[in-house]
Amino acid sequence: MAEQNQQDYVPGTHASLPPPISQVGIAGWMRKNLFSSPSNVILTIVAVYFLYKVIPPILNWAIFDAVFSDVDHRNECREIAAGACWAVVRARFDQFLYGFYPDYLRWRVNLTFVLMFVALIPLLYDQVPKRKYLLWFSLIYPFLAFFMLWGGLGLEPVESAKFGGFLLTVLIGMTGIVVSLPLGIALSLGRHSSMPVVKMLSVWYIEFFRGVPLITLLFVASTLLNYFMPPGTYFDLLLRVIIMVILFSAAYIAEVIRGGLAAIPKGQFEAADALGLTYGKSMRLIILPQALKISIPGIVNTFIGLYKDTTLVVVVGLLDPLGISRATLADSSWQGLSTELYIFIAVGFFISCFAMSRYSLYLERKLDTGHRDK
Amino acid sequence: MKISKYLSIVLAVLALGVTGVSSAGTLDDVKERGHLQCGINTGLTGFAFTDDAGNWQGFDVALCQAVAAAVFGDASAVKYTNLTGKTRFEALKAGEVDMLSRNTTWTYSRDVDLKLTFLGVNYYDGQGFIVPASLGVSSATELEGASVCIQTGTTTELNLADFFRSNNMNYEPVPIETNEEARNSYLAGRCDVYTTDRSGLAATRASLDDPENHVVLPEIISKEPLGPLVRHGDDEWGDIVRWALNVLIIAEEKGITKDNVRAMAAETQKDAELNRMFGTEGEYGAMLGLSADWVVNVLAAVGNYGEIFEQYLGVNTDIGLARGVNALWTDGGLIYAPPYR
Repeated sequence: MAEQNQQDYVPGTHASLPPPISQVGIAGWMRKNLFSSPSNVILTIVAVYFLYKVIPPILNWAIFDAVFSDVDHRNECREIAAGACWAVVRARFDQFLYGFYPDYLRWRVNLTFVLMFVALIPLLYDQVPKRKYLLWFSLIYPFLAFFMLWGGLGLEPVESAKFGGFLLTVLIGMTGIVVSLPLGIALSLGRHSSMPVVKMLSVWYIEFFRGVPLITLLFVASTLLNYFMPPGTYFDLLLRVIIMVILFSAAYIAEVIRGGLAAIPKGQFEAADALGLTYGKSMRLIILPQALKISIPGIVNTFIGLYKDTTLVVVVGLLDPLGISRATLADSSWQGLSTELYIFIAVGFFISCFAMSRYSLYLERKLDTGHRDK
Repeated sequence: MKISKYLSIVLAVLALGVTGVSSAGTLDDVKERGHLQCGINTGLTGFAFTDDAGNWQGFDVALCQAVAAAVFGDASAVKYTNLTGKTRFEALKAGEVDMLSRNTTWTYSRDVDLKLTFLGVNYYDGQGFIVPASLGVSSATELEGASVCIQTGTTTELNLADFFRSNNMNYEPVPIETNEEARNSYLAGRCDVYTTDRSGLAATRASLDDPENHVVLPEIISKEPLGPLVRHGDDEWGDIVRWALNVLIIAEEKGITKDNVRAMAAETQKDAELNRMFGTEGEYGAMLGLSADWVVNVLAAVGNYGEIFEQYLGVNTDIGLARGVNALWTDGGLIYAPPYR
């Protein structure tokens, strides 16, 4: 012990020693995070054993024993290897993307999809060059998209029954998201309003649509509405469904934003009034920017939920990716390959939903004014 | 006072709208529209499915094509509306589809209470059970206490309840939505037994990796005559669908096929019924409001009943169903059509 305490250098001149080997690097990290206590040691061992049992079979099934080649019957897959038969995704890939959209017109869908990003980017990022002009494009984009997808005015018309797969998901999801946000803002302001009629109507609307399941609304859209329309008129099922989805999600958005409005101190409203701002100006310049900022996680949450809820349209016979998979699995050539198809669909949804959630994080960081605890 | 007056006017207009749906002649509507709107399943093996090119095919779909060929001479003049077990009747009654060809069982209450008109039977099915061979069950009467996968909203659900009640047995229903879901639940062992129509069981069994380890039990616990239907009171249109089905059956009986129908129609046949069907004798097409050669168009487009059966369900397909009770009456089956006279 005495030796160790012996100082053979002038105080303050000793070079820093490296930390003990057990505290740094992989060993240190593992010691700190995986083996810090007996219960953690046990947990780690159990978890590693579990992963060892689960991961290799999954990889074998999905990749090493899987069939990626271009065969057209499940039995051919089984002859090649015992794993996943991705050939079914390959054979039906176009159907999963476009549904039954005529193949020589699919460039219209592709173009509409690419232009969607051109229209979205100036809305999502305010640093874009020439944003002013691009915003005009964003404004006309919905009409352009409608024209491109359904045709008319010289373009060959395509009826809604041909729409399917992820085209349908993106179409219903995006329209729902884009239209329900302003509608939801208006409703939340209506609910917050001091005018009794506006307030009452907003409350009724919100409570009605929040009180009814989306599936019920879809059934109303698909079956009941036709009874109320004059005989002979046919109102497109897809449009009916989109309208119902919009109405439904607007009610949720309204409540999310109401939460944001409620979080704003009364002083902000009073300050806006004291400055002599009109109602419109005070909302636009003072209240809503703060309320919306607070509501971002809730809004994006609702959007992601809405986007995934589009799969419910399968109950009214619209062929979204799940509907396409049902029709595919009914083909006796591909019967029984549901796992492959569901994984494929899940990946498709994950990409879109993950992108939305990342964007919301970006927005929160950008708008962060340091008022809250991190 | 004022409001109630206004309300009553609105209600009257609505009532008019409701009753007005089926008043116009469906045949005229279809002709004017230029295509048939046919209600089909969202996916049922052999009966309605999409091929790799994205076209609808199947045993039920072929009947839609036959009707389109009868009306327009063009089997592709048909647009499909996919209907689930829950939306099918509403869609038909609301006029969204002209006819339903969606493996629908003809029952008393659907015919009488739902006010639908069944036009015949294109497939005689019956409900059966499939169990893993390891369960060691050889008869459905040994299924006391079993958990049963069952499709909701169908007649099979009711038949199952009746069967177990009449045999004084208990069961645990595992409700599921589609055949594919049932297959997965059954394979995962969430239910001991899967019950549905035997055509569906055959298709499911054929798609298993180890079909020899699964047994379809001998009991058939219900009659499931599947057929096309239209709205009540839509009789002229119903006649067209009924006879489109009947001529398919008569054609098989008479040996008319997709390939030989044009050649046979070109010359006078000894059998007068053939001449009536081909439109070379009498004015039979005009009675239905169709062209004289409508039968030729139908058969050239989809083939006769036996050809359709073999193409989508028969022993050479993956499903591999024998004709069984769906053989012609001359072969000891139940498929029988009234004479074309």
